[in-house]
Amino acid sequence: MREGIRYREFKNLAFRILVILVVTISVAPLIAILVYIFKQGISVINWGFLVHLPKPVGETGGGILNAVIGSFLIIAVAALIAIPVGVTVGVYFSEQSKTGIFRTAHLAVDILQGIPSIVIGIIIYVWFVKPFGKFSALSGSIALALMMLPSIIKSTEETLKLVPLSLKEASLALGVPYYKTIISVIIPAGLSGILNGIILGIARVSGETAPLLFTAFGNPFVNFNILKPTASLPLIIFNYATSPYDEWHKLAWGASFILVVVILVLNILTKIAEKKWKVQF
Amino acid sequence: MESPILKTVDLNAYFGKTHVLKNVNLEVQKNSITAIMGPSGCGKSTFIRCVNRLHELTEHATSDGQISLNGEDIYKMSPTLLRRKVGMVFQRPNPFNTMSIYQNVIAGYTLNGNILSKTDKDQIVEESLKQAALWNEVKDNLHKKGTFLSGGQQQRLCIARSLAMKPALLLLDEPTSALDPISTSKIEELLLEFKSSYTILIVTHNMQQAGRVSDYTAFFYLGELTEWDKTTTIFTNPKHIQTQNYITGRFG
Repeated sequence: MREGIRYREFKNLAFRILVILVVTISVAPLIAILVYIFKQGISVINWGFLVHLPKPVGETGGGILNAVIGSFLIIAVAALIAIPVGVTVGVYFSEQSKTGIFRTAHLAVDILQGIPSIVIGIIIYVWFVKPFGKFSALSGSIALALMMLPSIIKSTEETLKLVPLSLKEASLALGVPYYKTIISVIIPAGLSGILNGIILGIARVSGETAPLLFTAFGNPFVNFNILKPTASLPLIIFNYATSPYDEWHKLAWGASFILVVVILVLNILTKIAEKKWKVQF
Repeated sequence: MESPILKTVDLNAYFGKTHVLKNVNLEVQKNSITAIMGPSGCGKSTFIRCVNRLHELTEHATSDGQISLNGEDIYKMSPTLLRRKVGMVFQRPNPFNTMSIYQNVIAGYTLNGNILSKTDKDQIVEESLKQAALWNEVKDNLHKKGTFLSGGQQQRLCIARSLAMKPALLLLDEPTSALDPISTSKIEELLLEFKSSYTILIVTHNMQQAGRVSDYTAFFYLGELTEWDKTTTIFTNPKHIQTQNYITGRFG
């Protein structure tokens, strides 16, 4: 025995301290950010903050109703576009992983994931805003949908690849057509993973500002028409935080607070979805 | 002898360039149990997967020759319709994990879009589970997930799921190889009972099992159907040396 037990215990302790230290360093900023936003934001948060429109400079009070509704609208439409497309592509990827189309498309999805959001914003501006001559929630939704796609596609693909072949064969052997097997057997078996990807995708884009700058643009009023300019939480934070007025800075903190809470809740939801719809193989 | 329910003529199957089944000519009589035996990799599973055309779904897998079910060429039938007539039970129990026991049994109907009344469904479920000797064990938990059952119960659930479709022919691909001896003997008892109403083609590694349950035994070796006869004949008086060697345990 070359190393004494004491020396080994010391090594063990040293590594344990090191690991705890590293974990603390990585978690501390997150907690600091949350605490700071909480402190700054909580003072302006009240029911009125959520149900009122922003007021002109100089007047106290005012809320972010337009942004809350706008964000919800833009993200809901984005999800409506991205979910069917993303899940379909994910199914294709998991089913046909040896074709040439797969390799090209897979690479394309990887690249799409890496495209900076501001670039997506500009592209959508050129394609959808300029030709129609106006900013709109829809163009913002399209930009966000593009950003959600990779997350939905990848999680669908990865989850469905884990669904055992025996399940598919069981269905086919009962005379169930291929498409029906995919829809009624394979997708339900991977539902938890797919939902996970969808919620994470939504969480990811709900804080995106850049793609909305040139597309949804912003709107001081509540708007339900997806063809008109629409406010959103990240936009309102950006506009108010860069303004010279203290009142607006406060609104920006409040909006940041709401946004962070929403994203936290979405992340917690993914954990719940994972548990609830997890299926045993 | 009456006409066979299943007949293959010069059946060949390939995985890419690998020739896995060579000129197989086999007949299966109605209401009989035919066991398919042979060493690993001799094409047993491929053979029964040709019968319900699951084989051709594997990438690069092809086949030629003729297979007829009740005199009808299966390669001229739609594969989905064929598979509704030919049930299959796999090596590992594979109940649908998102469905309850009840839904699993009726899955062949619901997934195929057949709309049945509640009473019809209840009746099919009860009948099929009784046939699979599972009814008494699960009747109070019909709406629990199938995956909560033990391995042996899951396999009987899969059998019930196949029986619910009233198959003309039931294929079993080593149905007991993943099960304990008690579950195995239960399933073997079932098979003997099924003979009166179903025709069974069973792949097995287990010679005793073939001896216990089957009327006919086909012995495959290196992709060829070496020998095929009444089980008693195969076991007592095999014509080929390979069959004899396999049965006497000299290889396998």
